[in-house]
Amino acid sequence: MATLGELERATMDVLWDAHEPLSAGDLREALSRAGGTGKELAVTTVLTVLSRLENKGFVTRDRESRPHVYRAATSRAEHMAELMHEVLGSAPDRDAVLARFVGQVSASEAEQLRKLLATD
Amino acid sequence: MLLTASLLAALAVALAWPVPIVLARATWTSAAPGVALLLWQAIALAGGLSMIGALLTYGLIPFGDRLIGALVAFFAAIAEGALPSGANFFQMFALSGAVLLGVHLLLNLAMTFVRASRQRSRHRQLVGLLSAPMPERPGTRILDSAAPVAYCLPGAPRSMTVLSAGLLELLDDEQLRAVVAHERAHVNQRHHLVLLAFRAWRSALPWFPIASRAQDAVGVLVEMLADDRARREVDDDVLAQAVALVASADDRTDGEPAIGRRDGIAAASAASVGRRVARLVERRSPLALPARIAVGAAAVALVAGPTVLLILPTFD
Repeated sequence: MATLGELERATMDVLWDAHEPLSAGDLREALSRAGGTGKELAVTTVLTVLSRLENKGFVTRDRESRPHVYRAATSRAEHMAELMHEVLGSAPDRDAVLARFVGQVSASEAEQLRKLLATD
Repeated sequence: MLLTASLLAALAVALAWPVPIVLARATWTSAAPGVALLLWQAIALAGGLSMIGALLTYGLIPFGDRLIGALVAFFAAIAEGALPSGANFFQMFALSGAVLLGVHLLLNLAMTFVRASRQRSRHRQLVGLLSAPMPERPGTRILDSAAPVAYCLPGAPRSMTVLSAGLLELLDDEQLRAVVAHERAHVNQRHHLVLLAFRAWRSALPWFPIASRAQDAVGVLVEMLADDRARREVDDDVLAQAVALVASADDRTDGEPAIGRRDGIAAASAASVGRRVARLVERRSPLALPARIAVGAAAVALVAGPTVLLILPTFD
């Protein structure tokens, strides 16, 4: 568990795989298990990570229960779809966000490309 | 100042319409993407300068013979609340136009910048959660997706290169090195800033070739520049294969959920892929040095021309 970013990612992985909302204590256990280092995380660290994720909108907190329980706001697949939509997709201003290696071409153009390379 | 205004207006019209159309069709740009990019930037800058300058110098005619003096007189007139006797309606209209156009261009630039940073930071968060760092390559992350994609995400604190699992599967080590070198070049050469400026330019003046053609052309040129940087590290053929493989491989990935692919953007991007591969395979030599110097000089002259016209004492 190196950086805060990696800890956030590990936390989301646990929440995405969990079938029910988890408390900070549950998460700490799962993270320590997944980390495999045997080193215990402090509950305050887990709470910090959770509140950061909540602020970013990735996690929702149920304040009714004691202790508070957390769940992923959106599934992993939906987030992945959002990401890939920006990368591949039709978002009109996407190249302001990222510079992609190659755009996509149609089947016939792909065929022309292969010919171009084959003559070499 | 009428002569100055007319010259600037003529330049503005030339740069807004015929010049970009001719340059967008030119083929020498593939042989010298660096100076071609410089020329596009000069056209955009000189175009904006001459548009605003023409309106400004025409509108300031009643206030004096030189720009600076006329501006001072203009503000004095505003303070007094009275126009000089020679001022007519058209001149005041031109002055308002100059101010509005200037504000419009700057606002568009600012808004495009803010929007892009916001999207980029959201994208960065998603990538952070959905991708794993690549231990042997710092600053590179692997996205668990079957579609073969590679891109870079510029920005603070450090830029990120994102490769997908599908890409690692598709390319061999050497081809992968080409892709990474290409993406790194985008970041190092700050291509995102150039693209951003031209995006703002287009959103400000969507109907003019100076903006629309420019944005498309600049998009292709930065790809060629990044290719040229990658060619220093890998063989031309390896890079060409990597480009062609990634571009044509999208056909075979059907695992991803409905993503609007190859509509709209397809035509421009397909043409650019073809041009990129062709220049790698045909091994065309770069534009001769004198020609490149000439293009560079033309770019400098384009920006210097309207600037001098605006600052210099007028001759009429």
